[in-house]
Amino acid sequence: MKLEANAVARVFREERGRILATLIRLLGDIDLAEEALASALEAALVQWPDEGLPENPRAWLIRAARNKAVDRLRRGALFEEKRAALQSHAAQVQQDRQERQDRQSDGGGAGAEGEAVEDDRLRLIFTCCHPALAVEAQVALTLRTLGGLETEEIARAFLLPGPTMAQRLVRAKTKIREAGIPYRVPDPGDLNERVEAVLAVLYLIFNEGYAASSGEALLRGELCGEAIRLGRLVVELLPAHAEPRGLLALMLLQDARRQARVGPDGEVILLEEQDRSRWDGTAIAEGSALVAETLRMGPPGSYALQAAIAAVHGQAARADQTDWRQIVELYVLLLQAHPSPVVALNHAAAVAMAYGPAEGLRHIDALERGGGLAGY
Amino acid sequence: MQYLLMIYADESRMKDVTPADREKMFLEYRALTDSIIKSGHMRAGDALQPTSTATTVRVRDGKTLTTDGPFAETKEQLGGYYLVEAKDLDEATKIAARIPGARTGSIEVRPVMQLPPDYPRPTKNV
Repeated sequence: MKLEANAVARVFREERGRILATLIRLLGDIDLAEEALASALEAALVQWPDEGLPENPRAWLIRAARNKAVDRLRRGALFEEKRAALQSHAAQVQQDRQERQDRQSDGGGAGAEGEAVEDDRLRLIFTCCHPALAVEAQVALTLRTLGGLETEEIARAFLLPGPTMAQRLVRAKTKIREAGIPYRVPDPGDLNERVEAVLAVLYLIFNEGYAASSGEALLRGELCGEAIRLGRLVVELLPAHAEPRGLLALMLLQDARRQARVGPDGEVILLEEQDRSRWDGTAIAEGSALVAETLRMGPPGSYALQAAIAAVHGQAARADQTDWRQIVELYVLLLQAHPSPVVALNHAAAVAMAYGPAEGLRHIDALERGGGLAGY
Repeated sequence: MQYLLMIYADESRMKDVTPADREKMFLEYRALTDSIIKSGHMRAGDALQPTSTATTVRVRDGKTLTTDGPFAETKEQLGGYYLVEAKDLDEATKIAARIPGARTGSIEVRPVMQLPPDYPRPTKNV
């Protein structure tokens, strides 16, 4: 059977993140893993069209890449140093596997093979979004390693020259290696804080795409898509956490309005004036369902509350059918959880819509007296 | 891996510290040092005399220039350090966060560079 090159490319595109995550664990170095994966792909492009798709393409690529890496290390002076690292990684993997088996015998978990891969990607996401890295480096690394964007694509999306972005990635990878930024899921005591950091990076990627009003709009739309895809991944990897669901819902609900929020000349159209028939109903339905799910999981966090507000807007077929009273209630909760001048102002605006302008102005006056609006 | 945890603080605020506070801080440092010796993390650690006692040395064109004071005027000054063994940056930053000075000043965490095994080292004299 002849296999087309684009079929190989498709397998690769779909599996790249998982394979890279596993290779980084096995090899203990992002650069080495990326290089080895590139050589393995070259080999696949030569062999697969002739020999047919292997039964398990992912396993094939991992094995090929690992062999390439070992070959490369053997040739280089690095080998002795790396062999020790590889051995200690192997020991760590053994230990992790043991811990996982212990957990599974407690809870009777799913297939160990699949779970190991999920764990690899979870580890990688925490490494990429480690607070010891600059935020812009976290964003670039996440898009490059988990999103599978090319350095050149990331550079264009952030309106930076390619070499600047490449430099940023090199620096980040060097710091991970030299400063000993770990490749593991954080301890339970740190987990919530670190999940927050991951979500902040994803939302930053999303907003970078969403805020674009000119130029490379198409490419930036891809950033929104990429953030949503990564959001789905984090929801899948951290099923017991509510906030990833909240963020995914928020991104879906905002993205649903993307087509309607920019006019023919690139001007931003306000929510009230948008042509709601251009909203993406499927995304709104999925986002709203996620909001409901999140609210059942416990007290909502800030993403879930913002998503809930977006869902109320999304459910109104016309602007004048918006349930402003419910939106006011949600802003009250958001103000309690995350007080900020912007939230307070939005709350006052919602009060004006629900209870009349006089009532809204009363809230704004109170805000001004409190000095919270300086600069707005 | 080894990490150097450098303790920076605003020295000018030290003159306002009461003897009781000083004693309390000293006891806190003792407790931390004791704890990280027992846990096997500690390699070395010392407190430094203030920068008013510092002397800076430079050699230019073969000439030694000696000047009074630290190499640069900064808002916070290096006041002490710990050298620790930790499995990764997360473990090192956790120890750094336990240093009493972290609550008022800043701790800079720096990985120690790996030198060749034959690089000269003093013999241990414990």
